[in-house]
Amino acid sequence: MIRALLPHPLLALGLFATWLLLSGSISAGDVLLALVAALAIPQVMRGLEPDRSGVRSPGAVLRLASYFAVDVVRSNYAVATIILGRRKRQRVSGFIHVPLDLGNRYGLAVLAIIVTSTPGTLWVQYDRPSGRLLLHVLDLVEEQDWIDLIKGRYERLLLEIFP
Amino acid sequence: MTPSDLPLWAAWTIVAVVVFGSLLALTGSVGLVVLKRFYERVHAPTLGATLGMASIVVASAMFWSMTEGRLALQDLLIGIFLTVTTPVTMILLARAAVYRDRVEGDDDVPPE
Repeated sequence: MIRALLPHPLLALGLFATWLLLSGSISAGDVLLALVAALAIPQVMRGLEPDRSGVRSPGAVLRLASYFAVDVVRSNYAVATIILGRRKRQRVSGFIHVPLDLGNRYGLAVLAIIVTSTPGTLWVQYDRPSGRLLLHVLDLVEEQDWIDLIKGRYERLLLEIFP
Repeated sequence: MTPSDLPLWAAWTIVAVVVFGSLLALTGSVGLVVLKRFYERVHAPTLGATLGMASIVVASAMFWSMTEGRLALQDLLIGIFLTVTTPVTMILLARAAVYRDRVEGDDDVPPE
């Protein structure tokens, strides 16, 4: 019963919150419209047959979000100094391969957003059969450091969140 | 409260945050000119799309919250939507460039 009404509870919750934020008020009418949207739109999603997301471990979600925020600020600074030329030593940019254990689609999507949104790293290509990810790094000092960063800092948490 | 009634400290805080974000976006745009290769250039606009965008969005939320006297959070949605959609463009561009370079036999790009 509850499954028929709410096939994707997180999606419904997200739509509800987004609708209320967009309308900018919590009057009865807006809440009602938000409820209708939150209940109706996930029914359309059924037709697309998405994988069930099954987010686990809210603690890991919070830790991931805080790592992301810190890394975005830090790498904004790093890339800005590179662009403005306040860096004396020779800089090398290049491609690296990262072997991923993460296979969950949603986990990979989140990792793609994190990696691409952090200035200095760019998600180029993911090969599903081998699980190998091709990245481009703007300031490539030590290849292994980047692999450890992606695997140790992000992938470990994503494996907890999307088991 | 109308915008002209904003206390001075609030106005200056909002201005400082907006200018900080705009300078980051400008730095990203400068990077498009300064950096030489395509794969280096793609990194530059991310400054404006992440911390630059976040600063401007936060300043906007602060401004509307103070002038309207209630928590105005809808601007934060801009941040969420931009964060989710910008990487799609970046990854498509990178894939296209990698495909082109592989077809042309560029040695810098690793083979498939």
